[in-house]
Amino acid sequence: MIDWALVLWLIIGAATAVYVLTGGADFGAGFWDAMASGKRKREQEEAIARAIAPIWEANHIWLIFIIVLMFTAFPKAFSAIVVAFHIPIALVLLGIVFRGSAFIFRSYGIQSGNARRRWHGLFATSSIVTPIFLGVIVGGASTGQIRVLQGRVMTGYFAGWTSPFAWLVGLFTLSLSALLAAVYLARETNGDLSRDFRIRAIAAEGVTGLFAGLVFLYARTEAPDLFARLATSHWTWAIQGATALAAMLTIALLVLKRVRLAPWTAAIQVTLVIIGWGAAMNGHFVLPDVSIATSVTQPAVLRPIAVAVFVGGLILVPSLLYLYRVFKTKDA
Amino acid sequence: MPDLLAGRLQMAISLGFHILFAVAGMAMPLLMVLAEWRWLRTGDETALVLAKKWARGTAILFAVGAVSGTVLSFELGLLWPRFMEYAGPLIGMPFSLEGFAFFLEAIALGVYLYGWEKVPKAVHLGSGMVVAASGLASGIFVVAVNAWMNTPSGFRVDANGNFVDVDLWRAFFNPAFPTQALHMAIAAYTSTAFIVLGIHARQLRKDPTSAFHRAAIEIVLPLAIIAAPLQAVSGDFSAKHIARDQPAKLAAAEALFHTESGVPLLIGGWPDTANETVHGAIPIPKMLSVLAKGAPDAIVTGLDAVPRTDWPPVPIVHVAFQIMVACGVAMIGLVLFAVVLRLRRREVHRAPLFLRAAEICGPLGLVALEAGWTVTEVGRQPWIISGVMRTRDAITPMPGLVVSLAVVCVLYAFLGVVVLVLLRKYVVLGPKAPKEGES
Repeated sequence: MIDWALVLWLIIGAATAVYVLTGGADFGAGFWDAMASGKRKREQEEAIARAIAPIWEANHIWLIFIIVLMFTAFPKAFSAIVVAFHIPIALVLLGIVFRGSAFIFRSYGIQSGNARRRWHGLFATSSIVTPIFLGVIVGGASTGQIRVLQGRVMTGYFAGWTSPFAWLVGLFTLSLSALLAAVYLARETNGDLSRDFRIRAIAAEGVTGLFAGLVFLYARTEAPDLFARLATSHWTWAIQGATALAAMLTIALLVLKRVRLAPWTAAIQVTLVIIGWGAAMNGHFVLPDVSIATSVTQPAVLRPIAVAVFVGGLILVPSLLYLYRVFKTKDA
Repeated sequence: MPDLLAGRLQMAISLGFHILFAVAGMAMPLLMVLAEWRWLRTGDETALVLAKKWARGTAILFAVGAVSGTVLSFELGLLWPRFMEYAGPLIGMPFSLEGFAFFLEAIALGVYLYGWEKVPKAVHLGSGMVVAASGLASGIFVVAVNAWMNTPSGFRVDANGNFVDVDLWRAFFNPAFPTQALHMAIAAYTSTAFIVLGIHARQLRKDPTSAFHRAAIEIVLPLAIIAAPLQAVSGDFSAKHIARDQPAKLAAAEALFHTESGVPLLIGGWPDTANETVHGAIPIPKMLSVLAKGAPDAIVTGLDAVPRTDWPPVPIVHVAFQIMVACGVAMIGLVLFAVVLRLRRREVHRAPLFLRAAEICGPLGLVALEAGWTVTEVGRQPWIISGVMRTRDAITPMPGLVVSLAVVCVLYAFLGVVVLVLLRKYVVLGPKAPKEGES
């Protein structure tokens, strides 16, 4: 018998990973847009605009996909999360909307200096703020401070996500986004520009490592359930070890100018972070009360949805790969 | 402002905004494909310019629609967590399919917009057709969700209030789905065709020698001519369905307070709910019984079949319904005008009166769209799931919703203005419009 609840949980986990690798990189590109500096500032900005232009619309669909699967397969978890995290979710939404709008109008809009700068600022700010708040939500769900009893959130609208731990996870998420973007951009560009992004990527790895350590440390007191799983399960050291290895490999590849390979190791590193977190949550969406077991819907719903996702994937994945191929080879 | 009202208004504004861009995403791709096909068939360079301009317009509208769609996905949870907790599993399938169709449309649109010189011509046209087909599909899928809210099926409510014995197929193909899907699909093509026609008619009147605007009208007018009358037929199907399966909604739309036989159709009129009467309407004897039930003396259910506390807001539903039908009649009037001109062998692009009329009628499809959605959504109140869950029981416990309402209003006002500016710059001004990179 297939455990369809587990299958759907894994699909959501996979979608989360893909969202971070694509949408997260999009946010990170906005971060570097804001941080563009030095002699090649304008070229950096143009490289970023070129890289995101044709495909940005496809990236955010992963977040919607996660939302839809959550309310379909784990509706009680969905309703607890959207109540407990109403405020940061609303802020993520604002960030996505402002970023999307700024991007649209940058691509199609008024070219005058002042207007451009304003849109630029909006795009940059929202690209930085959104991944932070997404991380804040994830962190807040891991603290164990949110209590849900018989479907009702008992701890108000500020529990969990206002903790220092949650904010560290937010900053960690931002640094992962920045890392991915810098590594991808190092591959997309040439010469001095590529070197600019290589250096930024290496810096991002350093910052990521710092935040990873801080998150681990703070988890001890602020997310004890999570910490217990992170520190004491036998698989955890394998995953954390592999993550560190991927990080060091990425740095080495960047130093050695192997920019075609570095995105792969960076992607593996980020995916391992997500897997590690998923495993540490132990089948929970919000520690300690909201889990697969307590929130899953009926089997009559799970199987058709899983099948629909699979069939949809068969059509979409090749289409998406075709789109990437058409655009990534265009500058060759 | 009470939280429930703020929440309902916010949802209404978000949906009302989104639908404008959704119909563009459904119908504009058809226009751009028709233009490209004309170019491929005749070599007419104007058609190519038109295809590219319409594609540019589609891209802007699609991108904004994606943003407003994202807002709606979030608002489902932020505003209506209790609804999602119960309904989520039942509406998940159509929503997932809508997501797939949208994703496919985005990918194909990416190929279409940026692949002009990069992919073979047949592939390019094909990608345009994929955009059109998946846009239509995604609209139909999402309508299945709304239809389920109107005629909930595919589950049973147990003693604890849980939805059990779920049958996803039944939930998807619920009684309201066929008529709603048909009516919405045609509405997308009708409203888009009329606004595009109106814009190009206006520009042609100002610049009568423009081959660009003439070609535009030649492509979009047939669509308008076909779609508007079909929408009236589809509307009849919808009304007959609602008469059977959502009688309170029909009663509110027609301001029918008392169940009776041989019911007249009211044109216009202001409902007086307190006195259960309608002021100033023009009655057509027996007509409602004929239209809704097929016989002059048929019984039509009135609002008295439902407790007063469960009545939808009758004035809003009735007036919205009248507006929708009036717009529909006006649009068919314009269609007749065009047909008469054609029969007299006069060319529409050389008929200034027609161009003026087309310009005035331009927004009517979109007005009808908003009015129609008002009828079906407000007409379902006080239920969020007809007969199963009340709207007031579905709202989030989060207080202070007037704040998020205010933010959403400001956001959409801002977005709306900037979209209009962009469209004017890139699409309306025709080939003389400045290209990207120039100021």
